[in-house]
Amino acid sequence: MDPTNHPATGSTGTTLHPAEGSLIHARGLIKRFGDFTAVDGIDVDVRRGEAFGFLGPNGAGKSSTMRMIGCVSPPTAGVLEILGLDPRRDGPRIRAKLGVCPQLDNLDLELTVRENLTTYARFFGIARKEARRRADELIEFVQLTERADSKVEPLSGGMRRRLTIARALVNQPEIVLLDEPTTGLDPQARHLVWERLFRLKQQGVTLVLTTHYMDEAEQLCDRLVVMDGGRIVAEGSPRTLIERYSTREVVELRFDTAGQEAYADKLAGIGERLEVLPDRILLYVADGDAATAEVQRRSLSPAGVLVRRSGLEDVFLHLTGRTLVD
Amino acid sequence: MVTLVMPRLISFEGTGRRAASVTERNIATLRSAYWVVMISGFLEPVLYLLSIGVGVGALIGDITLPGGEVVGYAEFVAPAMLAASAMTGALSETTFNFFGKMKFVRLYEGILATPVRPIEIALGELAWAMVRGVIYSAAFVVIMTLMGLTTWARAVVMLPATFLVGLAFGALGMAVSTIIRSWQDFDLIAGGQFALFLFSGTFVPPTAYPDVLRWLIEVTPLYRSVDLVRALSTGTLGWLQLVDVLYLLALLAAGLTIAGRRMAKQLCK
Repeated sequence: MDPTNHPATGSTGTTLHPAEGSLIHARGLIKRFGDFTAVDGIDVDVRRGEAFGFLGPNGAGKSSTMRMIGCVSPPTAGVLEILGLDPRRDGPRIRAKLGVCPQLDNLDLELTVRENLTTYARFFGIARKEARRRADELIEFVQLTERADSKVEPLSGGMRRRLTIARALVNQPEIVLLDEPTTGLDPQARHLVWERLFRLKQQGVTLVLTTHYMDEAEQLCDRLVVMDGGRIVAEGSPRTLIERYSTREVVELRFDTAGQEAYADKLAGIGERLEVLPDRILLYVADGDAATAEVQRRSLSPAGVLVRRSGLEDVFLHLTGRTLVD
Repeated sequence: MVTLVMPRLISFEGTGRRAASVTERNIATLRSAYWVVMISGFLEPVLYLLSIGVGVGALIGDITLPGGEVVGYAEFVAPAMLAASAMTGALSETTFNFFGKMKFVRLYEGILATPVRPIEIALGELAWAMVRGVIYSAAFVVIMTLMGLTTWARAVVMLPATFLVGLAFGALGMAVSTIIRSWQDFDLIAGGQFALFLFSGTFVPPTAYPDVLRWLIEVTPLYRSVDLVRALSTGTLGWLQLVDVLYLLALLAAGLTIAGRRMAKQLCK
């Protein structure tokens, strides 16, 4: 590749942020579509080598943010720097260093698995021979060796997703953007994708992903932000978010009678917070066993008791609410 | 060094290479079935030439060109068929196929995540359309010459002219494809294309029409193309052909600009 194209040596007058080590730096970033504000002034810093997650319900602004970072959607306002460059001016140079795995696969259905990779490599100006070498290597990495010469059409969802991930790696990117990488995949396929992403992370590749799967975020992300309505409502590591926005444990109580609400008063005072759902009551507590003992002391006899550790899902639902957003 | 100093905003560094990678993608999709499409596209103008140029031409006799030269009817029709086939070749790739790639298979979304820019996709697709157009044109020119409808020397000059015709129509086709909304709109395009084919001085000189219609015909892109190719084919080149060339160049520039801008607007929201 043209050495003058390297972000570290290009003299375009844009500032690098070596001190902060921020690969992605956003301040007051806004994206509007007409009257609709998809992203409403967010601040983000992604450091080299970390796995950073955007969590949020549908319509929270995750994908819009990812498209801005991918330099295919110009920001409406605010500061956005990627690898120290300005996406408005240096789109092609930034995209040369990014790998993008979009939410909906847009593989080339007219080409084979291998051709999808070699052709894509050519868009980055990679020499044909090198493109073939990388294609073979990546096909092996995502375990598609047996399907290398198959067309894309008959591949399963999981295989297509793996091919999309392989395609995102063909230019040996510094940052890989993954928009809901495992949505719609079966459990086996999800675990294979996670395992491959974890390997990438170990190799020092910076991962930026969106998801609404809490287990995915807990598995993969070093740090994450929770988005809701275009804003960031919480930020931190999965551990700190759970500590800050939830309790250590959650007790789930199921009562046989139709109305769970009737028990809410009787349970008052146990734990920090109580939530009534149609089929169960959640007690957010520091010590699940102690809380269960207190429930029994009050002569309440739930049909089912489940004590579990608090997870990101509890944080997420607490922050973004249980209302269905479409 | 120049590229380091020049503002990035107007940088065209690497544009040719990136556009070529888009053309290369299309070449990679070539499969045996494509040759059937190629043959039918090539046969069409040949059949018109034989049926109308030679067949109907036998009833019509000779035609007098605007400059006063008298040519046989087949000689009159053949360059028009050549220009029309350059148009068809370019449009078939840049309308239907281009529209499908942009709106339905989301091919360009994937490409735009790489350093390739919208205008470079447009250039690459146009180059691809030209590959097909040039094959049609070259084959047709050979047939024309073998039939004694032009000379080999003129045939050689006609090829770059048909290339320009293809570029202009290809760019126009792409611009139109970024504007239309649905597959149904292609019926309008096909209708318009057929009207151009019939009335752009192809089978009848525009002087045969009333003044208003004649004026209308003479501003259409296919008429300007036919005029250019016919002048080269019959050896009746004049200043008017400079107008044709400038017209087609302007169409090419406008088409590409519109296509590039509208693609950016639709795909990079």
